Amino acid sequence: MVFHATLQGERYRFDDLRTLLARASPLRSGDELIGVAAADPVERVAAREALANVPLRHFLNEAVIPFEQCDVTRLVVERHDAAAFAPVAHMTVGQWRDWLLGYEADTAALGALARGLTPEMVSAVSKLMRNQDLIAVARKVRVVTAFRNTQGLTGRLGSRLQPNHPTDDARGIAAALLDGLLLGAGDAVLGINPATDSIETGMMLVRMLDDVRLRYDIPTQSCVLTHITNSLAMIERGAPVDLVFQSIAGTQRANEGFGVSLALLDEAHHAARSLRRGSVGENVMYFETGQGAAISADAHFGVDQQTLEVRAYAVAREYAPLLVNTVVGFIGPEYLYDGKQIIRAGLEDHFCGKLMGLPMGCDVCYTNHAEADQDDSDDLMMLLAAAGVNFLIAVPGGDDVMLNYQSLSYHDILTLRSIYGVAPAPEFEHWLDRMALLDGARRLSANPPRALPGFLNDARE
Amino acid sequence: MIEGRGTGLTADPWATLRGLTHARIGLGRTGDALAGREVRALQAAHAAARRAVHATLDPARLALGEPFIEVKSRAPDRGVFVRRPDLGRRLRAQDATRLPHAPCDVVFVIADGLSALAAARQAPGVLEAVRVALPEWTIGPVIVAHNARVALGDEIGALIGARCVVMMIGERPGLSAADSLSLYLTWGPRIGRMDSERNCLSNIHAHGGMNHDEAAFRLAGLLRGARALGRSGVALKDDSMSARLPPATP
Repeated sequence: MVFHATLQGERYRFDDLRTLLARASPLRSGDELIGVAAADPVERVAAREALANVPLRHFLNEAVIPFEQCDVTRLVVERHDAAAFAPVAHMTVGQWRDWLLGYEADTAALGALARGLTPEMVSAVSKLMRNQDLIAVARKVRVVTAFRNTQGLTGRLGSRLQPNHPTDDARGIAAALLDGLLLGAGDAVLGINPATDSIETGMMLVRMLDDVRLRYDIPTQSCVLTHITNSLAMIERGAPVDLVFQSIAGTQRANEGFGVSLALLDEAHHAARSLRRGSVGENVMYFETGQGAAISADAHFGVDQQTLEVRAYAVAREYAPLLVNTVVGFIGPEYLYDGKQIIRAGLEDHFCGKLMGLPMGCDVCYTNHAEADQDDSDDLMMLLAAAGVNFLIAVPGGDDVMLNYQSLSYHDILTLRSIYGVAPAPEFEHWLDRMALLDGARRLSANPPRALPGFLNDARE
Repeated sequence: MIEGRGTGLTADPWATLRGLTHARIGLGRTGDALAGREVRALQAAHAAARRAVHATLDPARLALGEPFIEVKSRAPDRGVFVRRPDLGRRLRAQDATRLPHAPCDVVFVIADGLSALAAARQAPGVLEAVRVALPEWTIGPVIVAHNARVALGDEIGALIGARCVVMMIGERPGLSAADSLSLYLTWGPRIGRMDSERNCLSNIHAHGGMNHDEAAFRLAGLLRGARALGRSGVALKDDSMSARLPPATP
């Protein structure tokens, strides 16, 4: 369908919904790279005007990627819940934006809506929202998940402890793990990105993490972020796999680039659940996403990168994940050029993920070839904490020595706890108490390594 | 309140643990925040990494001791290269016509990627060791590529007629290593290969990463595995592909 808008005496034409969404999207380098961005700022605002007038129902009739060519489109169509959609079915995108910010759109109303929404509707409305709108609405959404602790509760902020090492050295990883635990991080997951794809190494790491968890009776979950086929192989060999990880994207072709299919995700979900390792819940999947993934795999179909990102969330929610995070600044400046673009994308991804019903976290990060620095990360972590993000990723000193990028530090998580008055998951907070890692004012003490005795002595080599 | 290293008479309790990893563990703290010296140390490392991103690869400094062919991608400079990965994946026209058709088992490409420093420091040593490890393989002419992304190897390998291409490419610089190299192996190189059809060894550098001999040993193993299987990628296990997003490839 063709869309039109007249702005400042000029008439603009947008040939289809895909084009309209792309032109309305805030400026970012990835959309410029594939030539779908608005030609100038006026066209961008004209596209937003046209988009505001599109009925939400229209999104059920026009796919941005043909049904026949993409299993993600088919998934969205087949799983759409008309009853959940009913409360907003009569609205245009513009009316829906105003409704979302209204007082009647409370936590219960937004939670009930999730299954009635398609990724393209959610992407569309985000393009009509300022950063503060993305924060204000996301803050009203609660998505609670559980495995060995409960993530996403009000007043809580989870953290992933990411103790990566460039050669997967067990003692090096253990040292970084200890550092993070003593600084009170790791309730969302103790999660290692292995440098090698070897199944033997993966088995060694997953056992080491499980040994540490059992020895100190830590109410958290572990994950080795290896390819899903490796996790399946590790499960078959009897490894203590808590969470199965996979990077996913918003088109079938991009997922093929990752070496995954919906059937494979289904198989891994069932395999991990069959282990019954959770104590307070059964959410066993962990997904990472990021704007630009589908473009990088040359699997974008001319769709803007933010809409593609939200389509990945439609995949994620099929598998009731414990954790989902956008790795927002990881992919590089060809998709998000600078701090401004990274911050906006982080807020969009969090908002869109939450609205879609996901337990959304974020890796607040940047690479050394992006025009960004630690000040930009400070800004984004503060904004996400204000938006009620489920969890954030943290690494020693903010410097990941394996993946070669900067994330947050464990100290940054402490800063957020103080400024926003948030705490880790209740089960994990109780553990910090039990291990006497907090001071009288419930702040992290200056815990020396011996505060968790025997940590390195017994770490599996 | 300042704790951690350098606080006076008591020994630093993190000293031993710090020897186990280059990760920034046991840092000085004040309140919730990092000590000022840690903040400045990170800023200094970031500044060095920013400089490495914009460096250029000088073939004379590779000291290859053998003839090589120098090629450029379609990205004319570092600024365009960073923003336009598509241009870094294709040879500029004059270089595409200049490459010889010289069928061989494997061709090695020394590529700047996001750190020319890494290519200069690591690639020659790895190449020398891998030649020794693969005596029975026919090896094509060494290619030195500027403003190159991983997929540039697909076009190079296809033009030369190699059964396999190995891109020896500078990773994007990290704070502890601005000179870390990755090796990407692609069996049956041709334009349009997907990232899932490659295998990778990463983190080859001298600051606690993989050394040249180990990288060569593991690469030789992967090459033999790929030849036996007739393909590379997720089907070929025991590789070193990071589980993170493929866009991490330079």
